[in-house]
Amino acid sequence: MSATGRDPRSAIRYPEETEKPEPRTADSGERKAITGLRHKDLLGIQPLTPEEIVLILDTAEAMKEIGSRPIKKVPALRGKTVVNLFFEPSTRTRTSFEIAEKRLSADTLSIAIASSSVVKGETLADTALTIEAMQPDMIVMRHASSGAGHLLARVCRSAIINAGDGMHEHPTQALLDAFTIRERKQRIAGLKVAIVGDLLHSRVLRSNIHLLTKLGAEVWVCGPPTLIPPEVARLGVRATSRVNEAVEGADVVMLLRIQLERMQGAFFPSLREYFNVFGMTEERVRRAKPDVIIMHPGPMNRGVEIASEVADGPYSVILDQVSNGVAVRMAVLYLLAGGADNEAAA
Amino acid sequence: MPVVMDADRIARALTRIAHEIVERNKGVERLALVGIRTRGVPIARRVARTLKEITGDEVPTGALDITLYRDDLMRHAVGPQPVVRSTEIAFSIDNRKIILVDDVLYTGRTIRAALDALIDFGRPRAIQLLALVDRGHRELPIKADYVGKNLPTSLSESVQVRLHEVDGQDEVVVQQEAAL
Amino acid sequence: MKRLLKGGRIVDPANGIDGAFDLLIDGDRIARVGRGLPVDGAQVVEIPAGLVVCPGFIDMHVHLREPGQEHKETVASGTASAVAGGFTAVACMPNTDPINDDANVTAYIVNKAKEAGLARVYPIGAVSRGSQGELLADIAELKAAGCVALSDDGKPVATALLMRRALEYAGMFGMPVIDHCEDQSLKGDGVAHEGYQAATLGLRGIPGAAEAVMVERDVLMSEITGGYVHIAHMSARASLRAVRKGKDAGVRVTCEVAPHHFTLTDESLESPVAYDTNVKMNPPLREAADRDAMIEGIRDGAVDVIATDHAPHHYDEKKVEFDRAPFGIVGLETAVSLTLDRLVHRGVITLGRMVELMSINPARILRVAGGTLAEGAPADITVVAPDLKVRVEAAKLKSRSKNTPFDGWELRGGVAATIVGGRPLFVNPEAALDLR
Repeated sequence: MSATGRDPRSAIRYPEETEKPEPRTADSGERKAITGLRHKDLLGIQPLTPEEIVLILDTAEAMKEIGSRPIKKVPALRGKTVVNLFFEPSTRTRTSFEIAEKRLSADTLSIAIASSSVVKGETLADTALTIEAMQPDMIVMRHASSGAGHLLARVCRSAIINAGDGMHEHPTQALLDAFTIRERKQRIAGLKVAIVGDLLHSRVLRSNIHLLTKLGAEVWVCGPPTLIPPEVARLGVRATSRVNEAVEGADVVMLLRIQLERMQGAFFPSLREYFNVFGMTEERVRRAKPDVIIMHPGPMNRGVEIASEVADGPYSVILDQVSNGVAVRMAVLYLLAGGADNEAAA
Repeated sequence: MPVVMDADRIARALTRIAHEIVERNKGVERLALVGIRTRGVPIARRVARTLKEITGDEVPTGALDITLYRDDLMRHAVGPQPVVRSTEIAFSIDNRKIILVDDVLYTGRTIRAALDALIDFGRPRAIQLLALVDRGHRELPIKADYVGKNLPTSLSESVQVRLHEVDGQDEVVVQQEAAL
Repeated sequence: MKRLLKGGRIVDPANGIDGAFDLLIDGDRIARVGRGLPVDGAQVVEIPAGLVVCPGFIDMHVHLREPGQEHKETVASGTASAVAGGFTAVACMPNTDPINDDANVTAYIVNKAKEAGLARVYPIGAVSRGSQGELLADIAELKAAGCVALSDDGKPVATALLMRRALEYAGMFGMPVIDHCEDQSLKGDGVAHEGYQAATLGLRGIPGAAEAVMVERDVLMSEITGGYVHIAHMSARASLRAVRKGKDAGVRVTCEVAPHHFTLTDESLESPVAYDTNVKMNPPLREAADRDAMIEGIRDGAVDVIATDHAPHHYDEKKVEFDRAPFGIVGLETAVSLTLDRLVHRGVITLGRMVELMSINPARILRVAGGTLAEGAPADITVVAPDLKVRVEAAKLKSRSKNTPFDGWELRGGVAATIVGGRPLFVNPEAALDLR
């Protein structure tokens, strides 16, 4: 009890917060709005409910406005330490997280482990515990092994944000993709979304499938049969190797990167052949809806999965995706910063 | 559940305040209203409308969400993070006289957060404070310039302002809190 | 010394026995089996009701890790784990360091086993030198030193030609060739069963066909050579189909299934613990249809042996990302409980069939003594307690390694005692059997 005899935990300080938030988008109107993310970590989209996804998107809208202010900073995460632990090189995602953290006034530390630690033989668990001894509040991690985030979350008390683990998930990418779609189309439910590319090895694909199906989109995935994950239809999507079928009447076309090494595994004969059969050309784009948007998580291989004219064309929202990344990551950092208290309240 | 202000009294209080604003500032030149979410915003809009009726001039109005500036974020959290809503201030606040508008003035911490937020937007010439209800129990040295009603309360009571834009009706109600 | 095991139920299908009998042990041999045997100076052991006396169980697929990887297991700790699990004998795989492709290594293992004085150890020698898949190892020498079979386990026998030659050559000594069937090109860098679970979790897949395609090859090689091929740790239904076809055609093929392949599926990758490395082994846990096919094969006789593929790994080695963890789980101390709980109690097999799978058939395939309680046979006896409540506790395993997915499992059925050559080497304090 404080000196005034009042319990400091009572909610009397900020009276307007006792009301529920008004639902803000056409999508979320029917669902019960929620007031928090009841998780310690963000390891993937799969464990999230549709309400939680909408909460993140709504929060990202508020965060986006901060980027248009003269002082692009709010004190929300002041005094919190966030460590960016990147075991795979990445300029785009790491920079995006760094900016997001700094805009929330957090103290950030980026560590690019690359291969040196692997050469030295230190395990992931040991690296994580060493970092944790410095008491970060949150760790943002990218790693080449699927499930690395799960290992870290078992070992560390800090909140773990998965910035991409192997072929498993890349949740903030899917969230910024959804934010971009919603920005352009005002909704996600009922849209036809076609995803074309190396589906088998893509973590962006898995996260997007989970998110888009949870929010009611009609998802088509397309690629050569060698690159379609087994039983993918069980995830609630339509799979095809005919790109025209996938793109026909689509509201959104999302291209995934083709890695040059895939030719070694005999997944397809050559990049030229891939482009001829699956590449997103202007002609193929014309089969989609007239107001289609073209997306790509980057970095792009021009002339492989996407023609240059399409990447730079009027339907492309690829650069919007990048700028929305900061707002979405700010929202995730903010919502998870409650840490263990988030779960205690669950 | 005693109603301490009904729709009529709220309307009259706001009209009176609008006149006070014009008088104190000798007009509405370079004046702007910024409502603090959530209910400060409709109050600010109503006052702006009245000011236009009185003076014929448009007074720009904005909405400010102070969640990210709260001093109790990350401390003793009993639940998940408070919801963040959008801030819309479509005009420059530099060199303007900003009137912050809130429904209930209590500990003063909301206003402190709002001041921090506003300063990040620019450098106003002056900041004044309008509160529909002042219920006392300040914890910081904050004072309202325009008050709709002074309402002495005890710590075990809560003051609810309802506005038809948000709640469907206009009234101010005082409730006994359940014992903690 | 004489011991009289009195009044217990004896299940000895090799001699057509299933009922309450007395069993007299004299020294290291079984002296007599009958009803109302005279005590005649023997130490009398009352067998409590509910316990079942069987010929000693033999695990023909175990990795003892010695020489070279003693941090995971040694012959001493491995044989201690074996007797705690009810096994009177084990056959150990040659993928040690150095590989057991040489009589000296075989002799080393045989000596370590003698020193430990616990379960009998039958070494399995390498098929090829260094298990490199090129030249045959010195098979006659290996046999002379004590090897009972050949395998390049850890890897498949590299080529059809090598398999053919090995079968022909080893056939000279009546030794089976045990193959870890796996087409390396189909396996690639896979770490889990290719299917919905691995795809959703982002893990590279190993299709069931990678195993089956080589089982088909081995059945053919056995057919054209007349040699004995034994399919190690079978897991895929397509493999079983190939084995059935071979048996129908009279080919000398036998096969084994490990307890985890008739108990778990690839759903364990996701829950209870996602990416649990204690669920990573090779061949991987497969989908339900494969698990069910293994159970069916155990039931109808197409499967010959239950063998654990006991593969100890140190805690540090398993506490890494799923991709990087070594394949394998321990199994000696959970095999009997899983077999009783999941197969016997669920009516899939009888106790008699269990004895076939865990004693008679392994002895027959390896051509070692065992599988019988006939007079004059070695006194290798496993006393099981089919209704004993068992709780698996990884920390309490006798094995040096604790990498098991069954930690915390409560199972119905366990081991009461393990007797090797007349000596009781393991007595379970929970089973109320007074055997000293």
